[in-house]
Amino acid sequence: MTKLLAAPALAAVTPAESLLDSFSGTVVPLLLKIALITVMFLVVPLVGGYLEHKGMARLQNRRGPVEAGPAGSLQLVADGIKFIQKEDIIPRAADRTVFAMAPGVGLVATLLSFAVIPLGPGLFALDLELGLFYVLAISSVGVLGIMMAGWASANKFSLIGGLRAAAQLIAYELPLILVAVAVALQAGTLSLVGIVEAQQTSDLFGTGISLWYVFPQALGFGIFFLAALAELSRPPFDMPIGDSELVFGYITEYSGIKFAMFLLTEYAGMILMSGLTVVLFLGGWQPLPGVDLPDGWLGVVLGTGVTIGKIMLLVFVMVWVRVAYPRLREDQLQRISWTVLVPLSLLNLAVVAVGKVVAG
Amino acid sequence: MSVDVREQLLQGTAPGEGLAIELVGDGDLVTADMSLSIGPAHPATHGVFRVVFEMDGERIVRAKPVIGYMHRGFEKLAEYRDYRQIMALVNRHDWLSGFSNELGVALAVEQMLEMEVPERAQWIRMLLAEWNRILNHLMFIGSFALELGAITPMFYAFREREDIQHLMESATGGRLHFTYNQVGGVKIDLPKGFLAESRQVSRTIRERLPDYFDLVLGNEIFRGRTVDVGPLPTDVALSIGVTGPALQATGLAEDSRVTEPYLKYGDIDVEVPVRKNGDAFDRFDVLLNRIRVSLDIIDQIHDHIGAGPVNQKLPKMVKAPEGATYVRTENPLGQLGYWLESDGGRTPWRLKMRTPSFSNVQAIPYLVQGQLLPDAISILGSVFFVVGDIDR
Repeated sequence: MTKLLAAPALAAVTPAESLLDSFSGTVVPLLLKIALITVMFLVVPLVGGYLEHKGMARLQNRRGPVEAGPAGSLQLVADGIKFIQKEDIIPRAADRTVFAMAPGVGLVATLLSFAVIPLGPGLFALDLELGLFYVLAISSVGVLGIMMAGWASANKFSLIGGLRAAAQLIAYELPLILVAVAVALQAGTLSLVGIVEAQQTSDLFGTGISLWYVFPQALGFGIFFLAALAELSRPPFDMPIGDSELVFGYITEYSGIKFAMFLLTEYAGMILMSGLTVVLFLGGWQPLPGVDLPDGWLGVVLGTGVTIGKIMLLVFVMVWVRVAYPRLREDQLQRISWTVLVPLSLLNLAVVAVGKVVAG
Repeated sequence: MSVDVREQLLQGTAPGEGLAIELVGDGDLVTADMSLSIGPAHPATHGVFRVVFEMDGERIVRAKPVIGYMHRGFEKLAEYRDYRQIMALVNRHDWLSGFSNELGVALAVEQMLEMEVPERAQWIRMLLAEWNRILNHLMFIGSFALELGAITPMFYAFREREDIQHLMESATGGRLHFTYNQVGGVKIDLPKGFLAESRQVSRTIRERLPDYFDLVLGNEIFRGRTVDVGPLPTDVALSIGVTGPALQATGLAEDSRVTEPYLKYGDIDVEVPVRKNGDAFDRFDVLLNRIRVSLDIIDQIHDHIGAGPVNQKLPKMVKAPEGATYVRTENPLGQLGYWLESDGGRTPWRLKMRTPSFSNVQAIPYLVQGQLLPDAISILGSVFFVVGDIDR
């Protein structure tokens, strides 16, 4: 097991090994890892949700959930059980197939993206060479689920919500990708594990302090986080849901377990985007710039803790933003994206490229 | 668009059936305006109020408010209640300003009876009316921010509201329907220590008021959502009959506490906050400043209030003499007028209510025309109405 978790993914396997060896050496660990990562990323969103409940409550002079479990920590579990028991209502005019598929499309897209996010040294399901590309591509499929929900509900509020989500995605995918490209450029790899390692091994002017990309690309970090908020439809960019305008946007007609799946997608999306931000800008599992983890089991456990800690920190910032700001208007959002964020992210990319050439 | 969908649209059997749909263009590019019904049960209408928007994309072509879902027949009911009972009736039409409503009826009856109300009773009425005003305004500050997507101000507003509710409950015994006024004064005297607590609450709220200015008014996104949204010119406002904060935001310092003082408002300084543009931001700004002004008034009342009786000895049955009168008071949401006509009997012959919300919502079609849907929500929230006050 030690080898399984600490070894850099598939590198240990050589063509010379027998089929049986390769099976026990790659497939079983891979399945185990996938199972572990899936469980991890189904549990972590619940923790994120609890953080949102409690954090929001404290910021708003309330207590939040207190009854279910110690200090209300099982509230989301209780909610889940409640949702399963509820009647699953499908509107008569709805497109039944598309209506039923929509929540799944969103959730599966988000869960699939988790496969390449490294949690600790060696703790990831897959280290794709095109990891970054894969995450950005797969996670945008999620919006398809939203559009499907909006269209299939046969409800005007849902339709407007779905269209808003589509417009929002197109506007914010661009700065998101441009900033991610700048990171890939600086790291010289598209692999997410490679990007984390590049941050740890890089050196800030020979001081031995590793260079997390948040320092040279602070602008990019800000843009990425903002665009991630918009892509997740988190406040202040929650126009597709906009409960005071569109009732509940594309989720209006959903009930029971399908509704719960949308909620889970939202929390999982928060974790995914925070995880991606941690990987791209905040040094992944490295506790502090220049401080390395111990080797072996301890390092994996500590590294995972560090990553999840950083993710929770970013989730808290998302909650904080939600508490402090009202909702933007759709045209204001588009204007910010096209006239501010896209030029700035291009500038960021240019600066990084020039820096890369100059630094050799 | 395929032919059968076009046929469906024309026959009214397509999704959204039964709506007056106007087709634009021809061939494959035929489009139709969508009609979107906000309400009768919709978060932005806080109550059963309905506006039908005809939308071209996200832009509103026409808007039509549909009122009457909450008609409870107060004017007719009042004809079957004596003047004591009417107090418990009128504090229900605008349920956020119960005290101010009672006050209007009490003043009208007293005016017909030519009754002199004891000084202390008048000051008490003013004090509680101002507290009621703050209570009302806090509610709208919270709900307007909520409609723009900011959830926190609501919780802050309710923290303050709870202090005031407690205060008013100690005097009146009610939280919403106070029924504290009666013809000739107020029901009973204030409890011991009320003024001290009132001073304390006034201090606390004054300390916390800057939070609202910072959290909401100074918020970049809030400004972006409200500045220049739904500007209302003064002449249009006057022709529609808009009053209260919405009128003051257009630049007209009309406030019956100043222009036509009742009770003892003539004896104290009442500032009328005015703004220039009359947009959603200005309406909100005025509302927030009216809280400050009310606190100033409350502090002055604390210094003026003296000892003495708080009501008059009344006959067994109060009967207004034959005749009619009109009393207008500055309710939290605007001008509240009661036209009271009596044939000398124990009940009014007619009690006509001129409620501020009813007049204010008439401005909605003018304000939302050509606006985007999110702006329309911002406008709906900033016109400040209570559904019960529209439908009566």
